[in-house]
Amino acid sequence: MNPLPRLFGRSRRYNDIDVSIEEHIQERADELEAEGMPRKQAEQSARREFGNVGLLQQRSREQWQWPALESLLADLKFTFRRLRKSPGFAITVLLTLAIGIGANTAVFSVINGVLLKPLPYPDSNQLVALWLNAPGASGLANFESGLRLSESMFFTFSEHNHSFQSLGVWVENRANVTGIAQPEEVHTILVSKGLLETLNIPPTLGRWLSAADQDPHGAKRVMLSYGYWQRRFGGDKGVVGRSLQLDSQTREIVGVMPRGFRVVDNDFDLLVPLQFDRSKAILAGFGYNGIARLKPGISISQANADVSRLVETWMSSFSNGPGTNPFYYRVWKISPDFRSLKQQVIGSVTGVLWVVMATVGLVMLIACVNIANLLLVRADSRQNELAVRAALGAGRGRIVRELLIESVTLGMVGGLFALGVAFGGLKLLVAHGPANLPRLSEVALDAGSLTFALILSILSGLFFGSIPALKYSTTRAIAALSGSNRTASDSRSRNRSRNVLVVAQVAMALVLLVSALLMIRTFTALRNVDPGFDDPAHTETVRIYVPDLLISNQTRVTQTLNELSDKIAALPGVQSAAFAGAAPMEGIDPNWDEMAAEGKVYPGGEPPLRLFNYVSPGYFKTMGTKIVAGREYTWDDDYGLRNNIIVSENFARENWGSSQAAVGKRIRQFSNMPWQIIIGVAQDVRHNGVDEKAPEIVYWPAIYNSPYTRTPTIDGLRAVTFVVRSHRAGSEALIADIQRVVWSINANLPVATPGTMQDIYAKSMARTSFTLTMLAIAGSMALLLGIIGIYGVISYAVSQRTREIGIRLALGAQKSELKWMFVRSALSLTVAGVAIGLVSAAAVTQSLKSLLFGISPIDPLTYLTVPLVLCAAAALASYLPARRAASVNPVHALRVD
Amino acid sequence: MARTSDNRDLFPGALEIMILQSLRHKQMHGYALVKHIKQVSDDLLQIEEGSLYPALQRLLREGLLESEEGVSAKGRPTRIYRVTDSGIHHLEKELSSFGKMFDGITRVLAFSQS
Repeated sequence: MNPLPRLFGRSRRYNDIDVSIEEHIQERADELEAEGMPRKQAEQSARREFGNVGLLQQRSREQWQWPALESLLADLKFTFRRLRKSPGFAITVLLTLAIGIGANTAVFSVINGVLLKPLPYPDSNQLVALWLNAPGASGLANFESGLRLSESMFFTFSEHNHSFQSLGVWVENRANVTGIAQPEEVHTILVSKGLLETLNIPPTLGRWLSAADQDPHGAKRVMLSYGYWQRRFGGDKGVVGRSLQLDSQTREIVGVMPRGFRVVDNDFDLLVPLQFDRSKAILAGFGYNGIARLKPGISISQANADVSRLVETWMSSFSNGPGTNPFYYRVWKISPDFRSLKQQVIGSVTGVLWVVMATVGLVMLIACVNIANLLLVRADSRQNELAVRAALGAGRGRIVRELLIESVTLGMVGGLFALGVAFGGLKLLVAHGPANLPRLSEVALDAGSLTFALILSILSGLFFGSIPALKYSTTRAIAALSGSNRTASDSRSRNRSRNVLVVAQVAMALVLLVSALLMIRTFTALRNVDPGFDDPAHTETVRIYVPDLLISNQTRVTQTLNELSDKIAALPGVQSAAFAGAAPMEGIDPNWDEMAAEGKVYPGGEPPLRLFNYVSPGYFKTMGTKIVAGREYTWDDDYGLRNNIIVSENFARENWGSSQAAVGKRIRQFSNMPWQIIIGVAQDVRHNGVDEKAPEIVYWPAIYNSPYTRTPTIDGLRAVTFVVRSHRAGSEALIADIQRVVWSINANLPVATPGTMQDIYAKSMARTSFTLTMLAIAGSMALLLGIIGIYGVISYAVSQRTREIGIRLALGAQKSELKWMFVRSALSLTVAGVAIGLVSAAAVTQSLKSLLFGISPIDPLTYLTVPLVLCAAAALASYLPARRAASVNPVHALRVD
Repeated sequence: MARTSDNRDLFPGALEIMILQSLRHKQMHGYALVKHIKQVSDDLLQIEEGSLYPALQRLLREGLLESEEGVSAKGRPTRIYRVTDSGIHHLEKELSSFGKMFDGITRVLAFSQS
């Protein structure tokens, strides 16, 4: 039937029903009266025989309605009316929900963007990261990203595999672009053949780098990122075919990649072909990230098996030069351990994000419990109303439904406000989250987040609504209406649900507070670690790179850098300046190789690999790294190419027992090289981050004889981090001064990534400080909500028991005893919560283990402090209402209604 | 007030059929209809009086009945119900399917008795 006339003719229909039923009852009453019953009794009897008049009228009307929708609308109208009548309640609940759901939605958006969504490449589940394990390469401590591929491995694997549709390698780099505007250092990604094919994202303009562009003797070409194209060429469509100067080399632009395209998770300005020369490829040089696209139906373990047989092929096809043993790498036990590209990209951040999600989820749960408590109190005051409605024929389901509709409405309205909170929170998270958070650019408040917010709103509404609904749908009408609650205090069972909620709240708050305190203790432990340098806030760092085509002669390069550091040191307010291959915690490992101490026999015949850094004279003094024995390099050492070397304290102790003993001892890289004499021992430096153990480091001078060429060749630093000690560190003015000095020496040298050591140091603690901040916020919210919960329950109990208090006082109870009675009940709830919370915390914090530093997940101090704080808070929260109870005037109390 | 739900002694649709059949020969108002069913069934059917009204509205909605203003025997305003053509058509269809069902049930019961 057409619903429209049904809708319009409805009031007439309703009238018909009422008239019909009324006539029915009257007629029946007439009959009964005629049989001799008094009129009044006859009418009553007629109604009784008819059944539940209201309900049957309702059922009859429902034939003309969409019953579900209409009674829903009626309930909604009623809900909104009642919420408007108690704005304080509504605002408290909505605010709590907005913050709770908002925080959860924001964190979920991050999790969704980072962990759940597939990578933004077609059929991205086919993409694998070519991760190699090499457990035999002893000393290669920094194995977080596995053993990377060498040029020769790329050739072997891509030519002989049966598992991949395509395979490519890439490496990040920096290069100087000149000739467009100011000389500028840009992020480049060097790519091999097969890389773009593997990612399979078509260019937005022009074409991909082709196989011909990879020919080492072919033309020099380059591709632009969308951002660089917009920034430097204003999005000019005629850019293809033009050229730019990259590290003083002219390259033709062949295409532009689309907006948002990243190589794995790396932004870039330019894509440059690697142009590998197969005839010159050697076994070593494990510096390239490999990715591949699996053939359909091939699993990762099949690919592993396929490539593991190629390791032998690789060793027999290439060498490290005449006289070297290509099968030396058998000792390394190289084996493929490929993993999905997504897993590789996400890396270690998974744990932190889930901890944060669990944290805000727990806060949400506590907030819901608080709201449930408020609703219980509210439903209590509505008990009479509900009982009357039940007596008038409202079914139990109807009442439950109405209570649930109220709470779900609250949830949904709260969810609406929550979207605003989520939007703001997400901005905050993205701005202040761990700087190394992968896929940050893919995080957004999208359809997934909205769905999450909606589901969370409904679920939380159902959750906090179901507690009062369950409780009050079973209320017996008679008990409520007979007024028994006016003369006596609440029975135990009436308070039980509120008490259980408080215990649960305390337990959850305890877990959060314990976690937060563990993170705080971790943070202080990290702060107390000596990183191996001092006063990072007054150490400015900049990266400078001198390309081969600008100055080819290494001695000239070193002289240029030397001149630079002298001029920078002469700037006003600068105490000293120096440079190195990498500053600590920058995430750069300048080199790794073996290093043998004289007279030492190594198991397996090969000395372990060590981290190499290359430092200028004055570097240790500038960084504040103590020289514990011997001395630093001088420029005379450097230009004299004397075979001097500096090692770290732990390297010295490992080989000779003490730093002093190491000075004058000799080490060398390869057996065909001259011995290097140790002239100094430097304090241990936490090169890989505060929470990582300090690696053994060998510090080479800024200029040295290359160990990697057969004819004697001078090699040295070209890409350096300058460190400048000055009270002006971190200021724009200092950067500008440095920039001017650099340009005064060579106008084509850009100054890149300015910052202070403090920034780098903070970044290395970012994961900890982020987790700490989130947990601290969550913990304090939980504490606050817990206090409010306890305060609410006790003050409600006080207000409900006013009469009882009056009687007690009248019978001579001491005020202090009365206060204690309420405080004690709060404390016993708290203690119960603490007991449950302690057990849960001990279990939950095990999952925090990887985030902790220097303390155990069951840190006694933490587990002692938090319960004490909670008990103190509970005592305070209950003391305030308890004091009110004690101030009750017995006369007034007994006279209340 | 023990039961407010539909009378469970009847199977679904039975009440509607009885209403249609009762009104087929004579248009009636609500109370008369209840009385008619009670009398004809010799009070064998325990129908709660009020349960008739939702059923009447359902039949009105389906277009099987029509109602008009009228007065009761006592002169009170009420609504008179009358079966429409489609109501009669529906009734015929239902009666024949009921008939088959009753036949089936009767045969099964008769068989188990013998």
